[in-house]
Amino acid sequence: MWHWLVTVLGPDVVRLAVSLVAIIALVQVNALFLVWLERKVAGHIQLRLGPMEVGPHGILQTLVDGIKLVSKELITPRHVDRKLFVLAPIVVFLPVVSSFIVIPFSEHLQIRDLNVGVLLIFAFSTFNVLAILMGGWAANNKYSLLGAIRSVAQSVAYEIPLLLVVLNVLLWTGSFQMSAIVEAQSGRWNAVWMPFAALIYLICATAETNRAPFDIPEAESELVAGFHTEYSGMRFALFFLAEYSNMLIVAAVATTLFFGGWKSPPFLGFLPVPGVLWFFSKTYALVFGVVWVRWTFPRLRFDQLMNFSWKVMIPASLIHLVVYAGIIKLIR
Amino acid sequence: MATQLPEPIIEQTYYLNMGPQHPSTHGVLRLFLKLDGEYIIEADPIIGYGHRGHEKMAESHLYEQFLPNASRMDYLSGLIFNHGYVAAIEKMAGIEVPPRAEYIRVICAELNRISSHLLWFGTYIMDLGGFTPFLYAFDDREIILDILDRVTGSRLTYSYCRVGGVAKDVDDEFIAATRGFIQRLRSRWEDYHNLVTKNVIFIHRTKGVGVINREIALRFGCSGPVLRAAGVVYDIRRVEPYSVYPDLQFEIPTGTAGDAFDRYMVRLQEIEQSLRIIEQALERLPEGPIRGRAPRNVRPPRGDSYFAVEAARGALGFYIVSDGTRYPYRLKVRAPSFGNLQVLTEMLPGTLVADTISILGSIDIVVPEIDR
Repeated sequence: MWHWLVTVLGPDVVRLAVSLVAIIALVQVNALFLVWLERKVAGHIQLRLGPMEVGPHGILQTLVDGIKLVSKELITPRHVDRKLFVLAPIVVFLPVVSSFIVIPFSEHLQIRDLNVGVLLIFAFSTFNVLAILMGGWAANNKYSLLGAIRSVAQSVAYEIPLLLVVLNVLLWTGSFQMSAIVEAQSGRWNAVWMPFAALIYLICATAETNRAPFDIPEAESELVAGFHTEYSGMRFALFFLAEYSNMLIVAAVATTLFFGGWKSPPFLGFLPVPGVLWFFSKTYALVFGVVWVRWTFPRLRFDQLMNFSWKVMIPASLIHLVVYAGIIKLIR
Repeated sequence: MATQLPEPIIEQTYYLNMGPQHPSTHGVLRLFLKLDGEYIIEADPIIGYGHRGHEKMAESHLYEQFLPNASRMDYLSGLIFNHGYVAAIEKMAGIEVPPRAEYIRVICAELNRISSHLLWFGTYIMDLGGFTPFLYAFDDREIILDILDRVTGSRLTYSYCRVGGVAKDVDDEFIAATRGFIQRLRSRWEDYHNLVTKNVIFIHRTKGVGVINREIALRFGCSGPVLRAAGVVYDIRRVEPYSVYPDLQFEIPTGTAGDAFDRYMVRLQEIEQSLRIIEQALERLPEGPIRGRAPRNVRPPRGDSYFAVEAARGALGFYIVSDGTRYPYRLKVRAPSFGNLQVLTEMLPGTLVADTISILGSIDIVVPEIDR
């Protein structure tokens, strides 16, 4: 049957279809795992155990939470802007699926090795901003609107230093292609000789995904639930899912750009560990770091957050870019 | 041919209600804010959502029957409310309290103060977004609650003091457990300071935020840590001493700037001072009876009397008007959070909405005691 399908539709189409199914599977399984991981890490940091009841050590907790959310009534309040209200959770998912297309999970596991891979990821990540704005505006209440506005301002402010430090990597590699970036790190990972770039990237990525300490848009204790106050059931689940998938994406991109992608560390190259395993362990190590930070620090006030971006992050990344551009020129 | 004049941009201020149902207003407080963008122009705290008529209830209850009500007004310093109420009656009726009972009351009151401050500490940081210190503080607070549970019978709303003494005696296990708790809390200071006090994000959210200076504090009748952080050394335990506080050595922590960070530091230092008081009181705990001679239903003589104690949130006063019967004619409670809250009308305008939570949390109000 495969043979027939491939000859009729062409190998590319079949490959695309299979990979889309695989991405969606990955996104769901990741969300399952990541939510459980976050709750367990949160629990242990807070001197308690986290979920323990459902499944061994609570591993099935997210699954049953998902079932609960799916079975909830989709309440659409009367005063909302109907079209936007329904559309926002769908739009928030666009960058997730499309970004996974270009991420190199290993030498051969990359859906499309586009020669503008990096550009695609960052272009699509702007849809997040749009979706949040749609969600906050459609809900038609002041709290949600405040949350949405703050989120937009925050995302815009932190995208600039993000892109500036990514430029460093691109200058070194000379190409936007994700696989080329990984290949260029065969001798030495980028994070080793550009540590500040990696640090700035991780901070900005945490801000882009609205994670603490930058989670003002969804600040639970200040604006009830921010831009997703009015969403319930599956719509809320989609926002939730998108947030965790975004975490995975930024960690995956950080791994590819700075931490060598699927390559093993140079001194451990003799170990018979497949590239995929290296990739996922590095990615999840970064995700663990993000989760750790969330449960340790309080929240920045919004103007402090913006000040931090405009007065600290952007000058730092600009200086970094200039300095490293010089260094790269000297090396070449 | 009419030229279209451009429409002027109308900037509008808008009204935002914070509460009465809100995760961070610590009770049913409604803050009616007039906002210009993110800046507050006017702030109006609207109270009364938690009014239960305690003072009216007092008029139809015997003095002894009102005791459970006292601790339900401010449930976080229930024992101190207990203490203040019975001490007010004892002052009016001229009833002697044996020294052992006085010392037990002081120990329990200070334990209650510590548990109230620990809860405040946890919830304040949680309002700012850090969820972890809340659980650490509650871990320590559970020990206090267990200690007090053994001797008083309840964890939160106590009816332990009686006119003339306390209800039940403390035993050796209480003393050992309290001493153990003092050790344990002292060993936790490092954790708390590392996690919170030295955290740069926390410092940014509290330093310079919500400055209540001496003049405003005195004008609005603030008391407690709010007043002390503004630099005024005013603690009822020293200014109008009661019980055995004159015999105990402790300091009154004060602040200088009157901002949220100072209020935070004052409260943490107060916990340390309370630990000192408990230590000394445990040392000096005399033997003897725990209840003095008091009639079964006390009848204070006609007249009125005011008695103040230092609750966790400030100066707590009980004003009793008696007509010679077993029922009070009028009981008025001066709740510390009432004055502390009113400061917001003057202090909030000009600040950011995002700071409201930080300021409100740092003042430490408990709305039920405002509304009674």
